[in-house]
Amino acid sequence: MTRSPAPPASATAHADGCGCFHCGEPIPVGVRMHVEVDGTARAVCCIGCRAAAELIRDAGLGDYYRWRAAPAPRPEAADDVWSSYDRPEVQAPLVGREGPLAVVNVLVEGLRCAACSWLIDHRLAQVRGLVRASLNPATARAQLAWDPLQVSLGTLLREIAALGYRPHVLGQADTLEVATRERRTALKRLAVAGFGMMQIMMVAYALWLAPTQGMDPVIREYLRFTCLLVTTPVAFYAGWPFFAGAIASLRARHVGMDVPVAIGIGLAYAMSAWNTFTGQGEVYYDSVTMFVFLLLAGRYVEMLARHRAGSTTEALVRLVPAMALKVTPAGRERVACTELRDGDRVVVPLGESFPADGRIVAGATQADESLLTGESQPVAKAAGARVIAGSTNVGGPVEVEVDAVGQATVLAGIVRLLERAQTERPRLARLADRWATWFVVRVLGGAALVCAAWLVVDPSRAFEATLAVLVVTCPCALSLATPTAITAATAFLARRGLLVTRADALETLAGATHAVFDKTGTLTLGRPRLTKVHALDGDVDAALAAAAALERASEHPLARAFDDVPTSPATAVRVEPGRGVEGEVNGERLRIGTAGFVAELTGPVPQALAQAAVVLGGVRGWRAAFEFGDAPRPGAAAAVAGLRARGLGTTIASGDHARQVAGTATVLGIDDWHARLLPEDKLALVQRLRTAGARVLAVGDGVNDAPTLRAADVAVALGTGSALAQASADLVALRGDLATLPEAVDVARRTVAIVRQNLAWSAAYNVIALPFAALGYVPPWLAAIGMSLSSLFVVLNALRLARAPASTSTVPAAVPLPRAMEAA
Amino acid sequence: MNIIFVLIPLGLVLVGFALWSFFWAVGDGQFDDLESPGWSVLRDDGPSDRAQAEAGTRQAGTPRAPR
Repeated sequence: MTRSPAPPASATAHADGCGCFHCGEPIPVGVRMHVEVDGTARAVCCIGCRAAAELIRDAGLGDYYRWRAAPAPRPEAADDVWSSYDRPEVQAPLVGREGPLAVVNVLVEGLRCAACSWLIDHRLAQVRGLVRASLNPATARAQLAWDPLQVSLGTLLREIAALGYRPHVLGQADTLEVATRERRTALKRLAVAGFGMMQIMMVAYALWLAPTQGMDPVIREYLRFTCLLVTTPVAFYAGWPFFAGAIASLRARHVGMDVPVAIGIGLAYAMSAWNTFTGQGEVYYDSVTMFVFLLLAGRYVEMLARHRAGSTTEALVRLVPAMALKVTPAGRERVACTELRDGDRVVVPLGESFPADGRIVAGATQADESLLTGESQPVAKAAGARVIAGSTNVGGPVEVEVDAVGQATVLAGIVRLLERAQTERPRLARLADRWATWFVVRVLGGAALVCAAWLVVDPSRAFEATLAVLVVTCPCALSLATPTAITAATAFLARRGLLVTRADALETLAGATHAVFDKTGTLTLGRPRLTKVHALDGDVDAALAAAAALERASEHPLARAFDDVPTSPATAVRVEPGRGVEGEVNGERLRIGTAGFVAELTGPVPQALAQAAVVLGGVRGWRAAFEFGDAPRPGAAAAVAGLRARGLGTTIASGDHARQVAGTATVLGIDDWHARLLPEDKLALVQRLRTAGARVLAVGDGVNDAPTLRAADVAVALGTGSALAQASADLVALRGDLATLPEAVDVARRTVAIVRQNLAWSAAYNVIALPFAALGYVPPWLAAIGMSLSSLFVVLNALRLARAPASTSTVPAAVPLPRAMEAA
Repeated sequence: MNIIFVLIPLGLVLVGFALWSFFWAVGDGQFDDLESPGWSVLRDDGPSDRAQAEAGTRQAGTPRAPR
């Protein structure tokens, strides 16, 4: 409960390294706070973490620290916004009823592992009046059902927030329901196909051996009808997505991937059923069930990846706050953002997002708009300046007059752009579909030739022979050749931290000819870094130490650039939001911040310092000026060089100032860069490249990149960026590591090569085997063994993709090999 | 060999039952979260849970479950 005295050194060392016991972040210099857990004093980094750790311990939930897989999110010291959720007009659109109970869906931000969900579950279990709290760590969603007479929604949300997580109320029905229903249906279809396949394999084995063992014809007929019975639900219930997809793509006048698959399954089933009823010819029930099962398994994996990347609607929930602090004649009042109207005045505290577009009427601040505009540095906003919903207030509290809400905001405009980009994206004319078309045309042509030949030779056998060609070629080649290769490559990339959310992305990635990068947050970290220190007395270290001492107290983003500088904290510190910090260092009163702020203490600004972003001065005179740049992302240079080595053109499309963009472009060696682009400009740039014949790979992280990502042929989002960008991309770099990108291109190209090999092999096998089979030289058991071997070859060939690529592909020059491998 | 006229339908009935149970389990949400239930066996119930009251007697008196 109370703060413990400083622990012996061994006790602190026992905690997770030297970081905070609760959240794992480094403990700021000068902070000495501890919490006693399991009889040992543990160091924590802030009051919020101490409160969270104490809460967890006092609730008897200390086990959380033993089982968690990742450090906890850092709790935010915020004022109480949750009680406003108890107001009826806020609750009405969000909360559903279940008899006497109220029900709501909540997205819990900051959920990192199963131990987190256990913690929340157990904490909520101690709340009286809560009937049900089912929290799913995979989707980060919880459904809460409570008795409104005993407990309020605000109390429940406050409990979750007190642990350091951030609950977002989603309402009753949302994408969660859709995703859950989709996953459940897919699982059922997969089960039907799997069970069916196992049954069929047992019976089919007997049928394969039948001719050599002299099986009684009655039993043979019986087994074939058994197969028909089992295959029917597999083909038409489990396989329905392929038929539905084929119908949809034919209606759109395209031949998609589903068309040959549906033709294959349908014809193989129809022919087998025909032969079963007439009692002659071969049956292919084993192929039908196996292909349906394997295809469904591949699609199931793809669906899981897509769900993990999240949806657009969910991404928006996280951007804009649900609540706003409205200024009314009676004082300040928490209202839902949906209640805001033009002309309302809201107060936005430091560190919160702006709830709507508007104009500042009182106070001055700086806004972090990097996710929305790509601008890397916080933008100064004085009275009268426009602020946009979704950007973060990093300067100080301001009062804003709302002039656009909901659909009229800049953010909503970006989302509309996103939707337009999606409809314009030629999704259907993809590589996979082109192959499918190519293949279908060839196979149908071949079948027509065979049919014509047989009509001349022996019309009575024409139907059967034609079907044989279609049945044997279609499913084997297309059901196995492509999906196995893609699944293997996807699994390999997932281990490297690159999540493939759309299976066809790999095929497009292999053919990409031009890479368009966002700058802020993608090629750079979007975090300021000290680039130049101009010390008037020449003593750079002293100036840095003094600046760092003052900046420790500041929440401003630029202050974080001083975090690595060793210093001792300043005394008598006073922070003026949006302007700077004042304090005493080594007995001298110093100020750091804007030139105007420091000038009030030091006197007129010398010419040499006037242009700097941040200046330092004291009562004894001017000390130094600091310049900041955007820190480049580790791996960005390797990624650009690697992509260029693979023949891709590179372009930077940024919303930031020309000076910043030019700097990054020079460092990375990119000649083609564009600055100050609006989201629609970026979209136009990509479309221009596409019209010129390029296949565009877009890489981005921000909300403003989302339309570009969706319009590009293939898009990569950073897992550390905005959820909206991730929902718009085909691949997500989970660890924010761009260096895997060239490797991904390699893997994609090898995937395409292996798919081609597989298709060629299947075609060759069929071309050679079919005539023999048709002429009666191949007994069915030999044909079955041959088919299995053929399938096995295709699968094993695809599995080569799952192995480390270093031995088979060109290694990018930018990534040096370990010595041992060079020797080998 | 006539026994297969009984055994195969019997097998299909069993498969049908297995599928029906699986469908029920999916509909019941048992496959929605495959991660956190696995952790539950590792956890000691906290002192606030009812299990604490029984903990003393259980440790002393309950024989180890046979393997």
